[in-house]
Amino acid sequence: MTAFATHFGYEFRTGIRNRGLLLLNYLFPLAFYLMLGFVMTAINPLFRDALLPAMVIFAIYTAAILGLPDPLVQAREAGIFRSYHINGVPRANLLLIPALTTALHLVIVAVIIAVTAPLLFDAPTPVNWLNFVLVFAATLLACAGLGVLIGVVSPNSRSTILFSQLLFLPSMLIGGLMLPYSMLPPIARMAAQLLPSTHAMNAFKGLAMGQTADFSPWGSLLVLLSGGLLAFALATLLFRWDSHHSQRRLPAAAALLALAPYVIGLLVFGR
Amino acid sequence: MNASIITVRDFRKRYGGLTAVDGISFDVAPGEIFGLLGPNGAGKTTTLECLEGLRAPDAGTLRVAGIDPTHDRRALRSVIGVQLQSSGMPESITPDEAMRLFCAYHGVAPRHDLLDRLGLAGKRRAQFHELSAGQQRRLALALAVAHSPRVLFLDEPTAGLDVQTRVELHALMRELKGDGTTIILATHDMAEAEEMADRVAILMQGRIVTIGTPIQITATGAGLTKISIQTANGSLLANGHPLPAVAQQTTRDSYAIYYSSDIGRTVNALLEAVNAAADPLIDLRVERPSLEDRFLELTDARSGNGR
Repeated sequence: MTAFATHFGYEFRTGIRNRGLLLLNYLFPLAFYLMLGFVMTAINPLFRDALLPAMVIFAIYTAAILGLPDPLVQAREAGIFRSYHINGVPRANLLLIPALTTALHLVIVAVIIAVTAPLLFDAPTPVNWLNFVLVFAATLLACAGLGVLIGVVSPNSRSTILFSQLLFLPSMLIGGLMLPYSMLPPIARMAAQLLPSTHAMNAFKGLAMGQTADFSPWGSLLVLLSGGLLAFALATLLFRWDSHHSQRRLPAAAALLALAPYVIGLLVFGR
Repeated sequence: MNASIITVRDFRKRYGGLTAVDGISFDVAPGEIFGLLGPNGAGKTTTLECLEGLRAPDAGTLRVAGIDPTHDRRALRSVIGVQLQSSGMPESITPDEAMRLFCAYHGVAPRHDLLDRLGLAGKRRAQFHELSAGQQRRLALALAVAHSPRVLFLDEPTAGLDVQTRVELHALMRELKGDGTTIILATHDMAEAEEMADRVAILMQGRIVTIGTPIQITATGAGLTKISIQTANGSLLANGHPLPAVAQQTTRDSYAIYYSSDIGRTVNALLEAVNAAADPLIDLRVERPSLEDRFLELTDARSGNGR
């Protein structure tokens, strides 16, 4: 077995073995999905149309935005990266493998939601499964990139929570999961366009669910893909093996460049 | 000395305005256990980190098995093993997983036998945070030697360990030395350095203040040798015999204790006195100044100079 596969296997098991990660990868998103499925569909039957994509996006957010960063911060601060560095673990593996194992956990969660949502809540299934997978992958790339970037630039666990919540909470409020984008006031729409969840929801609606997109769904897909790639590139550039005596190639504020595709998306596709 | 496996020449390292290492030079022979001693901030860890390729020196030449640690890390990692001061392992990893992971990156078969050898047989599937400090340290050592490195760097390997674990680790270090592994041992523990190291260098404020075998280093000090003598009738306890080369004398329990600057003359005079008194000798102990005594002497001298 290659070193990459051995490392991947260990990280995947950690995602289940570690209680915090188990909570964020599986328990929290699935419990929230069941709760919303039972409560929201009873209050507002129209929510059924958004249930499947919204809950998949929510799962991606909890695992990637809330779950991915802190283990990276802790590993750097506890000298684990130094230990890996000495033993020849490439920096790319330290960023890529947690993101890929999180992706695998999320595939499992997404399958559970996709299978049970029509059965339990009479939620509509995608009309284009291929596009569903494509948007799922793009959303995952965008969120995992941002999660890894937060983990790389955050100086400690407390800051990690702050940075993650700065992305998570607005996405929950105005990112199209609970409240449709079309119902937002104009200023909130502009802010919403800076969030991956807005683009993910728009792309799911327009490309996979057979619904009317609020703005260009292919544009949203492009924003998600470019945002994800840029975030990973910045994370690689800003990565430090330890926080003592090591210099970054760029200042930490350069992480804000990861928002560039969303700003461009707002200028090009926003309305 | 054989051709050096480690060469350090005029090595300097600064962190901002702080000079961590100020132009040190030394060589380490293959198969040698070389101790780096010094108080906190002396430059030990910086020296190790530069030799391990974790940091780049500001000036000077470093070679490990002929490899420049700064520019050829890939070659370096196959010849060195490192046990860091902090164990640095993920909390949920098991010893078995850690062994598989590290060996996979080194491209060698996992050495689970080392885990058994180091008393981790019953803990191979326990998570890292469930291991005691001693077990974590032993795991770190097993991982450091799993790919059979030619040079092993140990940073405070026995700090905080119980006596039994310490003895086991020392036994393993001797075995590795016997197999030809060169060991660089950074420690605060003078007794450990004196027991294990073939040669030691004492660093202070980024400079080597002395280097040599523990015996050579202790011999160069001004320390007095302690001579303790016990006789059947206690003839030496009663009166203060004037003895040659004795700077100070005292009694404790049934022993007469002398601090001598010339062991031969003092011991001869003592034996003559005991024979003259027809007092049977029960016990005679000679304790030369320890490395710790010499270290404290050097530290005090350095502090004095600094004032």
